Amino acid sequence: MNGHSLQAITVVAERELIRYWRDKPRILSTMFQPLMFLFVFGSGLQSSLSRGNFGIDFLQFMYPGIVAMSIMGVAFFSTISTVWDREFGFLKEILVAPVSRTCIALGKMSGAAIIASLQGVVLLGIAPLVGVKLHWSMIPALYFFMILLAFAIAGLGLFIASVVRTIENFSVIMNLLVFPMFFLSGAFFPLTAVPKWMAVVSSLNALSYGVDAMRQIMLGEQVAAGALSHLVLRPVAADMALLVVFGLTFLFAAVIAFDRRN
Amino acid sequence: MEHLVRVKELTKNFGELVAVDHVTFEVEKGEIFGFLGPNGAGKSTTIAMLTTLLQPTSGEAYINGFSVLKDKDDVRRSIGLVFQDPSLDDRLTAEENLRFHARLYGVPGAEYQKRMREVLELVELWDRKDHIVRTFSGGMKRRLEIARGLIHYPKLLFLDEPTLGLDPQTRNHLWEYVIQLKRTHGMTIFMTTHYMQEAEYCDRIAIIDVGRIKALDTPAGLKKTVGDDLITVKPADMARLKAEIKEKFGLEATPDGEDLEIRVPDGDKFLPRLLHESETPIQTVALRKPTLDDVFIKVTGKKIRDAEASALDRMRNHHHGRRMHP
Repeated sequence: MNGHSLQAITVVAERELIRYWRDKPRILSTMFQPLMFLFVFGSGLQSSLSRGNFGIDFLQFMYPGIVAMSIMGVAFFSTISTVWDREFGFLKEILVAPVSRTCIALGKMSGAAIIASLQGVVLLGIAPLVGVKLHWSMIPALYFFMILLAFAIAGLGLFIASVVRTIENFSVIMNLLVFPMFFLSGAFFPLTAVPKWMAVVSSLNALSYGVDAMRQIMLGEQVAAGALSHLVLRPVAADMALLVVFGLTFLFAAVIAFDRRN
Repeated sequence: MEHLVRVKELTKNFGELVAVDHVTFEVEKGEIFGFLGPNGAGKSTTIAMLTTLLQPTSGEAYINGFSVLKDKDDVRRSIGLVFQDPSLDDRLTAEENLRFHARLYGVPGAEYQKRMREVLELVELWDRKDHIVRTFSGGMKRRLEIARGLIHYPKLLFLDEPTLGLDPQTRNHLWEYVIQLKRTHGMTIFMTTHYMQEAEYCDRIAIIDVGRIKALDTPAGLKKTVGDDLITVKPADMARLKAEIKEKFGLEATPDGEDLEIRVPDGDKFLPRLLHESETPIQTVALRKPTLDDVFIKVTGKKIRDAEASALDRMRNHHHGRRMHP
Protein backbone atom coordinates (compact mmCIF):
# COMPACT_ATOMS: atom_id res chain seq x y z
CA MET A 1 0.00 0.00 0.00
CA ASN A 2 1.54 3.31 -1.05
CA GLY A 3 1.05 6.86 0.15
CA HIS A 4 -1.52 7.68 -2.48
CA SER A 5 -3.71 4.71 -1.53
CA LEU A 6 -3.55 5.71 2.10
CA GLN A 7 -4.44 9.29 1.19
CA ALA A 8 -7.42 8.00 -0.81
CA ILE A 9 -8.67 5.80 2.05
CA THR A 10 -8.35 8.72 4.47
CA VAL A 11 -10.22 11.18 2.30
CA VAL A 12 -13.07 8.74 1.60
CA ALA A 13 -13.37 8.13 5.35
CA GLU A 14 -13.13 11.84 6.11
CA ARG A 15 -16.04 12.57 3.80
CA GLU A 16 -18.19 10.04 5.68
CA LEU A 17 -17.34 11.79 8.96
CA ILE A 18 -18.15 15.26 7.60
CA ARG A 19 -21.48 14.06 6.26
CA TYR A 20 -22.31 12.33 9.53
CA TRP A 21 -21.46 15.41 11.57
CA ARG A 22 -23.70 17.63 9.39
CA ASP A 23 -26.65 15.27 9.82
CA LYS A 24 -27.68 16.09 13.39
CA PRO A 25 -31.08 14.34 13.33
CA ARG A 26 -29.33 11.12 12.41
CA ILE A 27 -26.91 11.47 15.33
CA LEU A 28 -29.81 12.02 17.73
CA SER A 29 -31.92 9.14 16.46
CA THR A 30 -29.07 6.63 16.51
CA MET A 31 -28.24 7.71 20.08
CA PHE A 32 -31.81 7.36 21.18
CA GLN A 33 -32.40 3.83 19.93
CA PRO A 34 -29.95 1.94 22.19
CA LEU A 35 -31.10 3.93 25.22
CA MET A 36 -34.67 2.94 24.47
CA PHE A 37 -33.72 -0.72 24.21
CA LEU A 38 -31.78 -0.60 27.40
CA PHE A 39 -34.28 1.20 29.58
CA VAL A 40 -37.58 -0.04 28.22
CA PHE A 41 -36.64 -3.58 27.33
CA GLY A 42 -34.03 -3.99 30.03
CA SER A 43 -36.07 -2.56 32.89
CA GLY A 44 -39.17 -4.44 31.79
CA LEU A 45 -37.45 -7.79 31.70
CA GLN A 46 -35.32 -7.17 34.73
CA SER A 47 -38.19 -7.46 37.20
CA SER A 48 -39.59 -10.66 35.75
CA LEU A 49 -36.18 -12.26 35.35
CA SER A 50 -34.88 -11.30 38.78
CA ARG A 51 -36.49 -14.44 40.24
CA GLY A 52 -34.46 -16.68 37.98
CA ASN A 53 -31.01 -17.86 38.95
CA PHE A 54 -28.69 -16.07 36.55
CA GLY A 55 -26.11 -14.99 39.07
CA ILE A 56 -26.01 -11.73 37.14
CA ASP A 57 -28.18 -8.67 36.93
CA PHE A 58 -30.15 -8.54 33.67
CA LEU A 59 -29.21 -4.94 32.88
CA GLN A 60 -25.57 -5.81 33.44
CA PHE A 61 -26.01 -8.78 31.16
CA MET A 62 -27.70 -6.81 28.44
CA TYR A 63 -25.52 -3.70 28.48
CA PRO A 64 -22.52 -5.00 26.44
CA GLY A 65 -25.00 -6.40 23.91
CA ILE A 66 -26.75 -3.06 23.59
CA VAL A 67 -23.45 -1.29 22.98
CA ALA A 68 -22.57 -3.84 20.30
CA MET A 69 -26.03 -3.60 18.72
CA SER A 70 -25.80 0.13 18.57
CA ILE A 71 -22.43 -0.12 16.86
CA MET A 72 -23.86 -2.52 14.37
CA GLY A 73 -26.85 -0.28 13.67
CA VAL A 74 -24.70 2.78 13.04
CA ALA A 75 -22.10 0.94 10.96
CA PHE A 76 -24.75 -0.75 8.86
CA PHE A 77 -26.65 2.44 8.31
CA SER A 78 -23.51 4.34 7.37
CA THR A 79 -22.91 2.15 4.35
CA ILE A 80 -26.19 3.35 2.87
CA SER A 81 -24.13 6.36 1.76
CA THR A 82 -22.78 4.20 -1.07
CA VAL A 83 -26.28 3.59 -2.42
CA TRP A 84 -26.97 7.26 -1.93
CA ASP A 85 -23.82 8.14 -3.89
CA ARG A 86 -25.01 5.94 -6.72
CA GLU A 87 -28.45 7.51 -6.82
CA PHE A 88 -27.17 11.06 -6.70
CA GLY A 89 -24.35 10.60 -9.19
CA PHE A 90 -21.41 11.06 -6.85
CA LEU A 91 -20.35 7.45 -7.27
CA LYS A 92 -19.17 8.17 -10.82
CA GLU A 93 -16.81 10.79 -9.48
CA ILE A 94 -15.34 8.12 -7.20
CA LEU A 95 -15.25 5.36 -9.81
CA VAL A 96 -13.39 7.41 -12.38
CA ALA A 97 -10.63 8.39 -9.94
CA PRO A 98 -7.22 6.70 -10.29
CA VAL A 99 -7.74 4.70 -7.10
CA SER A 100 -8.45 1.00 -6.64
CA ARG A 101 -11.93 -0.13 -5.64
CA THR A 102 -10.40 -1.80 -2.60
CA CYS A 103 -9.14 1.56 -1.32
CA ILE A 104 -12.57 3.10 -1.82
CA ALA A 105 -14.22 0.22 0.06
CA LEU A 106 -11.64 0.42 2.85
CA GLY A 107 -12.24 4.14 3.14
CA LYS A 108 -15.99 3.69 3.36
CA MET A 109 -15.60 0.93 5.95
CA SER A 110 -13.13 2.96 8.00
CA GLY A 111 -15.48 5.94 8.00
CA ALA A 112 -18.35 3.76 9.18
CA ALA A 113 -16.13 2.15 11.81
CA ILE A 114 -14.99 5.49 13.21
CA ILE A 115 -18.53 6.89 13.38
CA ALA A 116 -19.92 3.73 14.99
CA SER A 117 -17.12 3.40 17.52
CA LEU A 118 -17.42 7.05 18.55
CA GLN A 119 -21.06 6.44 19.25
CA GLY A 120 -20.09 3.32 21.20
CA VAL A 121 -17.73 5.37 23.34
CA VAL A 122 -20.54 7.80 24.15
CA LEU A 123 -22.67 4.85 25.24
CA LEU A 124 -19.93 3.74 27.61
CA GLY A 125 -20.73 6.89 29.56
CA ILE A 126 -24.01 5.43 30.79
CA ALA A 127 -22.39 2.29 32.20
CA PRO A 128 -22.68 3.45 35.83
CA LEU A 129 -26.44 3.95 35.39
CA VAL A 130 -26.93 0.26 34.63
CA GLY A 131 -24.61 -0.95 37.34
CA VAL A 132 -21.64 -1.81 35.15
CA LYS A 133 -18.36 -0.60 36.53
CA LEU A 134 -15.91 0.15 33.76
CA HIS A 135 -12.26 0.47 34.48
CA TRP A 136 -9.99 2.66 32.35
CA SER A 137 -7.87 -0.35 31.55
CA MET A 138 -10.78 -1.96 29.71
CA ILE A 139 -11.26 0.94 27.33
CA PRO A 140 -8.50 0.11 24.78
CA ALA A 141 -9.71 -3.48 24.39
CA LEU A 142 -13.35 -2.37 24.20
CA TYR A 143 -12.54 0.29 21.64
CA PHE A 144 -10.56 -2.21 19.61
CA PHE A 145 -13.57 -4.52 19.45
CA MET A 146 -15.90 -1.68 18.64
CA ILE A 147 -13.76 -0.80 15.62
CA LEU A 148 -13.45 -4.44 14.60
CA LEU A 149 -17.17 -5.13 14.90
CA ALA A 150 -18.09 -1.93 13.06
CA PHE A 151 -15.61 -2.79 10.33
CA ALA A 152 -17.07 -6.28 9.88
CA ILE A 153 -20.65 -4.99 9.76
CA ALA A 154 -19.69 -2.16 7.42
CA GLY A 155 -18.21 -4.83 5.11
CA LEU A 156 -21.55 -6.62 5.07
CA GLY A 157 -23.37 -3.34 4.49
CA LEU A 158 -21.06 -2.38 1.67
CA PHE A 159 -21.59 -5.74 0.01
CA ILE A 160 -25.35 -5.23 0.08
CA ALA A 161 -24.89 -1.65 -1.14
CA SER A 162 -22.89 -2.92 -4.09
CA VAL A 163 -25.63 -5.35 -5.13
CA VAL A 164 -28.84 -3.37 -4.63
CA ARG A 165 -30.13 -0.72 -6.96
CA THR A 166 -32.02 1.75 -4.80
CA ILE A 167 -32.09 3.15 -1.30
CA GLU A 168 -35.47 1.48 -0.76
CA ASN A 169 -34.02 -1.93 -1.61
CA PHE A 170 -31.14 -1.35 0.74
CA SER A 171 -33.49 -0.40 3.58
CA VAL A 172 -35.62 -3.48 3.00
CA ILE A 173 -32.65 -5.82 3.12
CA MET A 174 -31.17 -3.99 6.09
CA ASN A 175 -34.38 -4.33 8.09
CA LEU A 176 -34.67 -7.95 7.06
CA LEU A 177 -31.19 -8.65 8.43
CA VAL A 178 -30.94 -6.31 11.40
CA PHE A 179 -33.63 -7.84 13.61
CA PRO A 180 -32.61 -11.49 13.25
CA MET A 181 -29.04 -10.39 13.82
CA PHE A 182 -30.08 -8.47 16.94
CA PHE A 183 -32.10 -11.34 18.37
CA LEU A 184 -29.54 -14.01 17.55
CA SER A 185 -26.61 -12.00 18.84
CA GLY A 186 -26.70 -13.05 22.46
CA ALA A 187 -27.55 -9.51 23.51
CA PHE A 188 -30.95 -10.42 24.99
CA PHE A 189 -30.40 -14.02 26.04
CA PRO A 190 -27.32 -16.21 26.26
CA LEU A 191 -26.63 -18.36 23.20
CA THR A 192 -25.09 -21.09 25.31
CA ALA A 193 -28.35 -22.93 25.93
CA VAL A 194 -30.34 -22.58 22.72
CA PRO A 195 -31.65 -25.10 20.17
CA LYS A 196 -29.09 -26.45 17.76
CA TRP A 197 -30.39 -24.55 14.70
CA MET A 198 -30.23 -21.30 16.58
CA ALA A 199 -26.67 -21.96 17.67
CA VAL A 200 -25.70 -22.68 14.07
CA VAL A 201 -27.36 -19.56 12.67
CA SER A 202 -25.95 -17.33 15.36
CA SER A 203 -22.46 -18.70 14.83
CA LEU A 204 -22.58 -16.99 11.40
CA ASN A 205 -23.67 -13.73 12.94
CA ALA A 206 -20.82 -11.25 13.30
CA LEU A 207 -22.76 -9.34 15.93
CA SER A 208 -22.63 -12.38 18.23
CA TYR A 209 -18.81 -12.35 18.08
CA GLY A 210 -18.79 -8.71 19.13
CA VAL A 211 -21.32 -9.21 21.91
CA ASP A 212 -19.43 -12.22 23.22
CA ALA A 213 -16.08 -10.45 23.30
CA MET A 214 -17.37 -7.18 24.75
CA ARG A 215 -19.33 -8.97 27.46
CA GLN A 216 -16.23 -10.82 28.60
CA ILE A 217 -14.16 -7.64 28.64
CA MET A 218 -16.75 -5.57 30.50
CA LEU A 219 -18.02 -8.10 32.99
CA GLY A 220 -14.95 -10.27 33.49
CA GLU A 221 -13.92 -8.55 36.69
CA GLN A 222 -17.28 -7.87 38.30
CA VAL A 223 -19.27 -11.04 37.84
CA ALA A 224 -18.52 -14.34 39.47
CA ALA A 225 -16.40 -16.40 37.09
CA GLY A 226 -18.85 -19.28 37.37
CA ALA A 227 -21.80 -17.13 36.33
CA LEU A 228 -19.94 -15.68 33.35
CA SER A 229 -18.67 -19.00 32.08
CA HIS A 230 -22.31 -20.08 31.46
CA LEU A 231 -22.75 -17.16 29.14
CA VAL A 232 -19.53 -17.18 27.16
CA LEU A 233 -19.32 -18.74 23.69
CA ARG A 234 -15.61 -18.71 22.96
CA PRO A 235 -12.34 -17.03 23.95
CA VAL A 236 -11.96 -13.35 23.11
CA ALA A 237 -9.12 -14.11 20.70
CA ALA A 238 -11.39 -16.42 18.71
CA ASP A 239 -14.06 -13.71 18.52
CA MET A 240 -11.41 -11.35 17.21
CA ALA A 241 -10.28 -13.78 14.52
CA LEU A 242 -13.88 -14.41 13.43
CA LEU A 243 -14.59 -10.69 13.15
CA VAL A 244 -11.50 -10.16 11.01
CA VAL A 245 -12.45 -13.04 8.71
CA PHE A 246 -16.05 -11.83 8.45
CA GLY A 247 -14.96 -8.27 7.65
CA LEU A 248 -12.38 -9.22 5.04
CA THR A 249 -14.73 -11.72 3.36
CA PHE A 250 -17.36 -9.09 2.80
CA LEU A 251 -14.82 -6.44 1.87
CA PHE A 252 -13.62 -8.59 -1.01
CA ALA A 253 -17.12 -9.73 -1.92
CA ALA A 254 -18.16 -6.07 -2.08
CA VAL A 255 -15.21 -5.13 -4.29
CA ILE A 256 -15.90 -8.02 -6.67
CA ALA A 257 -19.63 -7.30 -6.81
CA PHE A 258 -18.80 -3.68 -7.47
CA ASP A 259 -16.42 -4.40 -10.30
CA ARG A 260 -18.90 -6.76 -11.91
CA ARG A 261 -21.61 -4.18 -11.83
CA ASN A 262 -19.69 -1.21 -13.08
CA MET B 1 -0.02 17.27 -34.99
CA GLU B 2 -0.02 15.28 -31.78
CA HIS B 3 -3.00 13.04 -31.18
CA LEU B 4 -4.21 13.13 -27.62
CA VAL B 5 -7.00 10.69 -28.32
CA ARG B 6 -6.75 7.81 -30.75
CA VAL B 7 -9.78 5.60 -31.21
CA LYS B 8 -9.83 2.61 -33.49
CA GLU B 9 -12.87 0.51 -34.36
CA LEU B 10 -14.32 1.06 -30.90
CA THR B 11 -17.52 -0.93 -30.41
CA LYS B 12 -19.96 -1.52 -27.59
CA ASN B 13 -22.83 -3.96 -27.70
CA PHE B 14 -25.50 -4.31 -25.07
CA GLY B 15 -26.85 -7.72 -25.95
CA GLU B 16 -28.18 -7.29 -29.47
CA LEU B 17 -28.15 -3.52 -29.35
CA VAL B 18 -25.07 -2.00 -30.96
CA ALA B 19 -24.65 1.23 -29.04
CA VAL B 20 -21.31 2.20 -30.57
CA ASP B 21 -20.43 0.67 -33.91
CA HIS B 22 -16.77 0.53 -35.04
CA VAL B 23 -15.98 4.14 -34.34
CA THR B 24 -12.58 5.49 -35.44
CA PHE B 25 -11.27 9.02 -34.91
CA GLU B 26 -8.51 11.14 -33.43
CA VAL B 27 -8.48 14.24 -31.30
CA GLU B 28 -5.61 16.67 -31.72
CA LYS B 29 -3.86 18.45 -28.93
CA GLY B 30 -5.36 21.85 -28.11
CA GLU B 31 -8.59 21.51 -30.05
CA ILE B 32 -12.22 21.52 -29.01
CA PHE B 33 -13.58 18.32 -30.44
CA GLY B 34 -17.31 17.73 -30.43
CA PHE B 35 -19.60 14.76 -30.72
CA LEU B 36 -22.88 15.96 -32.15
CA GLY B 37 -25.86 13.66 -32.20
CA PRO B 38 -29.27 12.94 -30.77
CA ASN B 39 -29.75 11.40 -27.33
CA GLY B 40 -29.19 7.68 -27.61
CA ALA B 41 -26.80 8.00 -30.56
CA GLY B 42 -23.93 6.51 -28.55
CA LYS B 43 -22.17 9.70 -27.42
CA SER B 44 -22.24 9.01 -23.70
CA THR B 45 -21.44 5.35 -24.22
CA THR B 46 -18.33 6.36 -26.16
CA ILE B 47 -17.32 8.76 -23.39
CA ALA B 48 -17.91 6.07 -20.77
CA MET B 49 -15.51 3.78 -22.65
CA LEU B 50 -12.89 6.50 -23.17
CA THR B 51 -13.00 7.36 -19.48
CA THR B 52 -12.60 3.68 -18.43
CA LEU B 53 -16.06 3.51 -16.89
CA LEU B 54 -17.27 0.97 -19.42
CA GLN B 55 -15.50 -2.00 -20.95
CA PRO B 56 -15.60 -1.90 -24.79
CA THR B 57 -16.87 -4.96 -26.62
CA SER B 58 -14.07 -4.62 -29.17
CA GLY B 59 -11.67 -2.11 -30.64
CA GLU B 60 -9.09 0.04 -28.91
CA ALA B 61 -8.61 3.55 -27.64
CA TYR B 62 -5.63 5.51 -26.37
CA ILE B 63 -5.70 8.66 -24.30
CA ASN B 64 -2.50 10.60 -23.87
CA GLY B 65 -0.78 7.45 -25.16
CA PHE B 66 -2.36 5.16 -22.55
CA SER B 67 -4.70 2.31 -23.38
CA VAL B 68 -8.16 2.61 -21.87
CA LEU B 69 -8.15 -1.17 -21.56
CA LYS B 70 -4.80 -1.72 -19.91
CA ASP B 71 -3.57 1.50 -18.30
CA LYS B 72 -6.79 2.58 -16.61
CA ASP B 73 -5.21 4.56 -13.79
CA ASP B 74 -2.90 6.44 -16.18
CA VAL B 75 -5.88 7.28 -18.39
CA ARG B 76 -7.82 8.44 -15.35
CA ARG B 77 -5.00 10.70 -14.25
CA SER B 78 -4.83 12.22 -17.74
CA ILE B 79 -8.45 13.27 -17.94
CA GLY B 80 -10.87 15.61 -16.26
CA LEU B 81 -14.52 14.78 -16.52
CA VAL B 82 -17.72 16.75 -16.28
CA PHE B 83 -20.60 14.31 -16.36
CA GLN B 84 -23.95 14.79 -17.98
CA ASP B 85 -25.75 14.41 -14.64
CA PRO B 86 -24.74 16.24 -11.48
CA SER B 87 -22.01 14.44 -9.56
CA LEU B 88 -21.17 16.74 -6.67
CA ASP B 89 -21.68 15.89 -3.03
CA ASP B 90 -24.18 18.60 -2.20
CA ARG B 91 -23.82 18.15 1.56
CA LEU B 92 -20.20 19.26 1.32
CA THR B 93 -18.88 22.75 0.66
CA ALA B 94 -17.37 23.71 -2.69
CA GLU B 95 -13.90 23.52 -1.18
CA GLU B 96 -14.54 20.09 0.37
CA ASN B 97 -15.65 18.74 -2.99
CA LEU B 98 -12.42 19.98 -4.53
CA ARG B 99 -10.30 18.65 -1.67
CA PHE B 100 -11.87 15.21 -1.96
CA HIS B 101 -11.13 15.13 -5.67
CA ALA B 102 -7.59 16.48 -5.33
CA ARG B 103 -6.66 13.87 -2.73
CA LEU B 104 -8.15 11.03 -4.77
CA TYR B 105 -5.97 12.18 -7.66
CA GLY B 106 -2.90 12.50 -5.45
CA VAL B 107 -2.44 16.27 -5.72
CA PRO B 108 0.20 17.16 -3.08
CA GLY B 109 -1.13 19.04 -0.05
CA ALA B 110 1.08 22.11 -0.52
CA GLU B 111 0.13 22.38 -4.16
CA TYR B 112 -3.57 21.95 -3.45
CA GLN B 113 -4.19 25.38 -1.84
CA LYS B 114 -2.70 27.16 -4.83
CA ARG B 115 -4.61 25.15 -7.40
CA MET B 116 -7.87 25.31 -5.48
CA ARG B 117 -7.76 29.09 -5.57
CA GLU B 118 -6.73 29.08 -9.21
CA VAL B 119 -9.59 26.87 -10.45
CA LEU B 120 -12.20 28.53 -8.24
CA GLU B 121 -11.17 31.95 -9.49
CA LEU B 122 -11.36 30.71 -13.05
CA VAL B 123 -15.02 29.77 -12.62
CA GLU B 124 -15.69 32.76 -10.34
CA LEU B 125 -16.61 30.77 -7.27
CA TRP B 126 -13.73 31.73 -5.01
CA ASP B 127 -15.94 33.79 -2.71
CA ARG B 128 -18.34 30.84 -2.39
CA LYS B 129 -15.77 28.23 -1.48
CA ASP B 130 -17.09 27.64 2.03
CA HIS B 131 -20.74 27.42 1.04
CA ILE B 132 -22.59 24.11 1.03
CA VAL B 133 -23.14 23.00 -2.56
CA ARG B 134 -26.84 22.36 -1.94
CA THR B 135 -27.36 26.13 -1.90
CA PHE B 136 -25.83 26.55 -5.38
CA SER B 137 -27.78 27.18 -8.59
CA GLY B 138 -27.54 24.73 -11.49
CA GLY B 139 -25.05 26.96 -13.27
CA MET B 140 -22.84 27.30 -10.21
CA LYS B 141 -22.80 23.55 -9.72
CA ARG B 142 -21.73 23.06 -13.32
CA ARG B 143 -18.94 25.59 -12.92
CA LEU B 144 -17.78 23.89 -9.75
CA GLU B 145 -17.72 20.59 -11.61
CA ILE B 146 -15.51 22.15 -14.27
CA ALA B 147 -13.19 23.51 -11.56
CA ARG B 148 -13.08 20.06 -10.01
CA GLY B 149 -12.30 18.46 -13.35
CA LEU B 150 -9.31 20.77 -13.74
CA ILE B 151 -7.69 20.66 -10.30
CA HIS B 152 -5.50 17.67 -11.07
CA TYR B 153 -4.26 19.40 -14.23
CA PRO B 154 -5.61 16.94 -16.78
CA LYS B 155 -4.37 16.88 -20.36
CA LEU B 156 -7.87 16.46 -21.66
CA LEU B 157 -11.22 17.66 -20.38
CA PHE B 158 -14.36 15.68 -21.17
CA LEU B 159 -17.60 17.61 -21.12
CA ASP B 160 -20.63 15.38 -21.55
CA GLU B 161 -23.57 17.62 -22.48
CA PRO B 162 -22.13 20.36 -20.28
CA THR B 163 -24.96 22.84 -20.72
CA LEU B 164 -27.90 20.46 -20.38
CA GLY B 165 -30.61 22.03 -18.25
CA LEU B 166 -28.92 25.43 -17.99
CA ASP B 167 -30.56 28.69 -19.00
CA PRO B 168 -29.23 30.43 -22.15
CA GLN B 169 -27.32 33.09 -20.25
CA THR B 170 -25.50 30.58 -18.04
CA ARG B 171 -24.87 28.50 -21.10
CA ASN B 172 -23.07 31.34 -22.88
CA HIS B 173 -21.13 32.11 -19.74
CA LEU B 174 -20.00 28.52 -19.51
CA TRP B 175 -18.77 28.61 -23.06
CA GLU B 176 -16.66 31.65 -22.25
CA TYR B 177 -14.80 29.57 -19.63
CA VAL B 178 -14.33 26.70 -22.01
CA ILE B 179 -12.93 28.90 -24.76
CA GLN B 180 -10.73 30.68 -22.23
CA LEU B 181 -9.40 27.32 -21.10
CA LYS B 182 -8.46 26.45 -24.63
CA ARG B 183 -6.87 29.83 -25.38
CA THR B 184 -4.92 30.48 -22.21
CA HIS B 185 -4.17 26.93 -21.03
CA GLY B 186 -4.01 25.13 -24.34
CA MET B 187 -6.48 22.63 -22.91
CA THR B 188 -7.83 19.94 -25.20
CA ILE B 189 -11.57 19.55 -24.84
CA PHE B 190 -13.75 16.64 -25.87
CA MET B 191 -17.43 17.43 -25.64
CA THR B 192 -20.75 15.99 -26.59
CA THR B 193 -23.86 17.93 -27.38
CA HIS B 194 -27.13 17.66 -29.15
CA TYR B 195 -27.43 21.41 -29.56
CA MET B 196 -26.41 22.49 -33.05
CA GLN B 197 -25.65 25.96 -31.80
CA GLU B 198 -23.06 24.66 -29.36
CA ALA B 199 -21.37 22.48 -31.90
CA GLU B 200 -20.39 25.70 -33.66
CA TYR B 201 -17.87 26.39 -30.88
CA CYS B 202 -15.96 23.24 -31.75
CA ASP B 203 -12.88 23.18 -33.92
CA ARG B 204 -13.99 19.84 -35.34
CA ILE B 205 -17.23 17.95 -35.08
CA ALA B 206 -18.09 14.31 -35.49
CA ILE B 207 -21.73 13.76 -36.33
CA ILE B 208 -22.83 10.55 -34.70
CA ASP B 209 -26.06 8.66 -35.25
CA VAL B 210 -27.09 5.10 -34.42
CA GLY B 211 -23.64 4.44 -33.00
CA ARG B 212 -21.71 5.48 -36.10
CA ILE B 213 -19.72 8.53 -37.13
CA LYS B 214 -21.49 9.86 -40.21
CA ALA B 215 -19.25 12.85 -40.88
CA LEU B 216 -16.20 14.48 -39.31
CA ASP B 217 -14.84 17.91 -40.18
CA THR B 218 -14.69 21.55 -39.10
CA PRO B 219 -18.11 23.22 -38.81
CA ALA B 220 -17.35 25.25 -41.97
CA GLY B 221 -16.13 22.17 -43.80
CA LEU B 222 -19.26 20.25 -42.89
CA LYS B 223 -21.52 23.05 -44.04
CA LYS B 224 -19.73 23.23 -47.36
CA THR B 225 -20.77 19.68 -48.11
CA VAL B 226 -24.42 20.65 -47.90
CA GLY B 227 -24.21 23.13 -50.73
CA ASP B 228 -24.52 26.81 -51.47
CA ASP B 229 -25.94 29.69 -49.53
CA LEU B 230 -29.50 30.60 -50.29
CA ILE B 231 -30.44 34.22 -51.04
CA THR B 232 -34.13 35.05 -51.15
CA VAL B 233 -35.20 38.43 -52.55
CA LYS B 234 -38.59 39.96 -53.16
CA PRO B 235 -38.31 42.11 -56.26
CA ALA B 236 -40.79 44.70 -57.52
CA ASP B 237 -40.53 43.10 -60.94
CA MET B 238 -39.82 39.39 -60.88
CA ALA B 239 -39.07 38.83 -64.58
CA ARG B 240 -36.85 41.84 -64.85
CA LEU B 241 -34.67 40.93 -61.90
CA LYS B 242 -34.42 37.32 -63.03
CA ALA B 243 -33.16 38.47 -66.40
CA GLU B 244 -30.81 40.98 -64.87
CA ILE B 245 -29.20 38.36 -62.61
CA LYS B 246 -28.79 36.08 -65.57
CA GLU B 247 -27.15 38.83 -67.55
CA LYS B 248 -24.88 40.34 -64.91
CA PHE B 249 -23.83 37.33 -62.84
CA GLY B 250 -24.62 34.42 -65.12
CA LEU B 251 -26.80 32.86 -62.43
CA GLU B 252 -30.14 31.12 -62.77
CA ALA B 253 -32.60 32.42 -60.16
CA THR B 254 -35.73 30.40 -59.38
CA PRO B 255 -39.05 32.03 -58.55
CA ASP B 256 -40.83 30.84 -55.43
CA GLY B 257 -44.17 32.60 -55.02
CA GLU B 258 -43.42 36.29 -54.83
CA ASP B 259 -39.77 35.57 -54.05
CA LEU B 260 -36.78 34.83 -56.15
CA GLU B 261 -34.22 32.32 -54.89
CA ILE B 262 -30.55 32.46 -55.82
CA ARG B 263 -28.00 29.83 -54.83
CA VAL B 264 -24.38 30.94 -54.53
CA PRO B 265 -21.32 29.59 -52.70
CA ASP B 266 -20.47 32.82 -50.81
CA GLY B 267 -23.75 34.51 -50.10
CA ASP B 268 -22.29 37.10 -47.76
CA LYS B 269 -19.98 38.36 -50.51
CA PHE B 270 -22.50 38.06 -53.31
CA LEU B 271 -25.36 39.84 -51.60
CA PRO B 272 -23.73 43.32 -51.42
CA ARG B 273 -22.80 43.03 -55.10
CA LEU B 274 -26.32 42.08 -56.03
CA LEU B 275 -27.80 45.02 -54.13
CA HIS B 276 -25.25 47.41 -55.53
CA GLU B 277 -25.40 46.35 -59.16
CA SER B 278 -29.01 45.45 -59.77
CA GLU B 279 -31.20 48.21 -61.14
CA THR B 280 -34.51 46.49 -60.36
CA PRO B 281 -35.80 47.67 -56.96
CA ILE B 282 -35.65 44.97 -54.26
CA GLN B 283 -38.17 45.09 -51.42
CA THR B 284 -36.88 42.45 -49.00
CA VAL B 285 -33.80 40.30 -48.81
CA ALA B 286 -32.76 37.26 -46.78
CA LEU B 287 -29.54 35.28 -46.69
CA ARG B 288 -29.52 31.78 -45.35
CA LYS B 289 -26.27 29.92 -44.94
CA PRO B 290 -26.31 26.15 -44.49
CA THR B 291 -26.52 25.23 -40.82
CA LEU B 292 -25.34 22.16 -38.99
CA ASP B 293 -29.02 21.20 -38.98
CA ASP B 294 -28.83 20.98 -42.77
CA VAL B 295 -25.64 18.95 -42.45
CA PHE B 296 -27.29 16.64 -39.97
CA ILE B 297 -30.28 16.11 -42.24
CA LYS B 298 -28.00 15.45 -45.17
CA VAL B 299 -25.76 12.88 -43.49
CA THR B 300 -28.38 11.08 -41.41
CA GLY B 301 -31.44 11.59 -43.58
CA LYS B 302 -33.48 13.02 -40.71
CA LYS B 303 -33.82 15.98 -38.36
CA ILE B 304 -32.05 15.69 -35.03
CA ARG B 305 -35.37 15.70 -33.20
CA ASP B 306 -36.68 12.77 -35.21
CA ALA B 307 -33.37 10.97 -34.80
CA GLU B 308 -33.73 11.44 -31.09
CA ALA B 309 -37.18 9.90 -31.01
CA SER B 310 -36.10 6.86 -32.99
CA ALA B 311 -32.98 6.41 -30.88
CA LEU B 312 -35.07 6.42 -27.73
CA ASP B 313 -37.38 3.85 -29.24
CA ARG B 314 -34.40 1.73 -30.07
CA MET B 315 -33.28 1.85 -26.46
CA ARG B 316 -36.72 1.28 -25.04
CA ASN B 317 -37.18 -1.75 -27.20
CA HIS B 318 -34.04 -3.13 -25.76
CA HIS B 319 -33.99 -4.42 -22.24
CA HIS B 320 -30.46 -3.31 -21.46
CA GLY B 321 -30.82 0.13 -22.93
CA ARG B 322 -31.37 1.71 -19.56
CA ARG B 323 -28.46 0.05 -17.88
CA MET B 324 -25.73 1.52 -19.96
CA HIS B 325 -24.08 3.63 -17.31
CA PRO B 326 -23.09 3.14 -13.72
